Amino acid sequence: MTQRIFARLLAALVLMLTATTLLAQGLSGDVPTIDIKNGTASATPIAVIPFAFEGAGLPPDTDVAAVIGNDLNRCGQFRSLPKNDIVEYPTRGSEIKYPTWNLLKQAYILVGRQIENPGGDIRVEFELYDVAKQQQLLALAITGQRTGLRDVAHQIADLVYEKITGVRGAFWTRIAYVTATGTGNNIQYALMVADSDGYNPQTVVRSREPLLSPAWSPDGTKLAYVSFERGDSSIYIQEIATGAREVISARKGINGAPAFSPDGTRLAMTLSFAGHPNIYTMDLASHQLTQLTRGFAIDTEPKWMPDGQSLVFTSDRSGKPQLYQIPASGGAATRITFQGDYNANASIAWDGKHIAMVQGNGNVYRIAVLDKTTGDSKPISVGSLDDHPSYAPNGSMLLYTATEGPRDVLYAVSANGRVRQRLVLADGDVREPAWSPYRQRGQ
Amino acid sequence: MKLPIRVILTAVVAGAALAACATKSTKPPVAQTAPQAAAQPENNGGKYTVESLDTDSCLRQRVVYFDFDKSEIKPEFQAQIACHAAYLRQFPGARVTLEGNADERGTREYNLGLGERRGNAVDSALVAAGASASQLNVVSYGEERPVCKEHNEACWQKNRRVDIVYTAKQ
Repeated sequence: MTQRIFARLLAALVLMLTATTLLAQGLSGDVPTIDIKNGTASATPIAVIPFAFEGAGLPPDTDVAAVIGNDLNRCGQFRSLPKNDIVEYPTRGSEIKYPTWNLLKQAYILVGRQIENPGGDIRVEFELYDVAKQQQLLALAITGQRTGLRDVAHQIADLVYEKITGVRGAFWTRIAYVTATGTGNNIQYALMVADSDGYNPQTVVRSREPLLSPAWSPDGTKLAYVSFERGDSSIYIQEIATGAREVISARKGINGAPAFSPDGTRLAMTLSFAGHPNIYTMDLASHQLTQLTRGFAIDTEPKWMPDGQSLVFTSDRSGKPQLYQIPASGGAATRITFQGDYNANASIAWDGKHIAMVQGNGNVYRIAVLDKTTGDSKPISVGSLDDHPSYAPNGSMLLYTATEGPRDVLYAVSANGRVRQRLVLADGDVREPAWSPYRQRGQ
Repeated sequence: MKLPIRVILTAVVAGAALAACATKSTKPPVAQTAPQAAAQPENNGGKYTVESLDTDSCLRQRVVYFDFDKSEIKPEFQAQIACHAAYLRQFPGARVTLEGNADERGTREYNLGLGERRGNAVDSALVAAGASASQLNVVSYGEERPVCKEHNEACWQKNRRVDIVYTAKQ
């Protein structure tokens, strides 16, 4: 079983390596290897049948059905039928023999075909059926270039996810993260952007000095981040497509933890030029600062609530780091975490009710999710030095990092904590993941 | 000017840490702090030369270690603070960057704050002992520049530190 998965991954890897863009990157680790840590019996079974190719030329390299199946598996709410258990290969609704899929206990079946257009584009037609009801749920087509079929596959996965769960899918999104490769004085840092499954990595910026805390603009076109390239920490905003960038703050002391407001007009950050790390917001049009917190504590890691009316941040004002909430206009901060010795670096789900954070107890640091309505928090990771949670825009999954032996590695975990998948994206350490907002076409 | 000193110091610290890490010692770093305690600031009466930075047993101590999530300077580092303050008072042109660091536990941004707090603690102690604030600059690297990369207390305690880096000797 694992051998078969490995063989398929290897095949995918070989195919991917033929792409010139990846060859140019020269890093064997640029193609993610993926292992699912644990499945879940309660996940909805779905058969994603390999899509047929209808055209004169060679079939595209991308196995669209495999990309869709992996997406659905990764979110924890679905269990796609393993390829070797697929016994029939319908490519359209009229070819589905329902007793077969009933026998295999499948709730849904997705079939499709890739049709080569005269111009060389591929039109991917797909149909989703409810097996028990023998009822069509979706029949749509998305056209893409041969080289863009992973994007098409993620968009199909999003539509399937939304049709069945009623929640918008977030597979066609991107992730930003920092890699650190090499050791000692040869260490190289890079801020990367990749598809949500780790494929198609692109370098946004490289540095000999540490890079930290990437944060997406709400329109998904820019990243704010912290770089030490000037010797001390500075905050930059960089346009992903063009590479154009701007220094936002290079004041004395710490310039850290940038976070765009939901409307994109302001950037929250940590600045210590006045003596101690405090939370500020900057109007991005005028660069005018507003100081939100005061005092001698370490106040950092500001994150906006989805309504933009308040922020959650980390502070050790009570002795150890805990999460607090403060109005965006300033004022009194309210402590919101009371379980665990150490709670820091919030990632707030779109509903504003679930807040993921790093929770430390003794020497064990895990990702926990706080239910803000009850005040209870539950761990969703199992490591001992886990860090930096980041919610998908639909709240169905999170990214975080774990330290395993000498390396920092990236995990995707379902919001319920049941399915964990390690994404190995680089030869060295992978840190500071940030899940993008929903993508818009053309990005 | 700035770079070679940093490189040498980093190499020395990294070398020491590597040796320490390689032995997988679980002992507290008594071996590292004991010589400092023994090294009294014998000649703080204007007798330092620039070469003293390389030869004086106290001035050669340039790392201050801290307890977990703490920034108080422990008594065994007072002698080290005092001799560097004396040197800085004697050479008003000397400049020092205090590089604050934290161990890997906890979040990177919080650890930036913690590293700065430790750097500020050494800054204040040097000023209290006679150095001029204008000679000192604090930079926090948080957990970004560990000298030891294993995941245990023996290693962590080497990373909870402030490196005293001379950027100008006189």
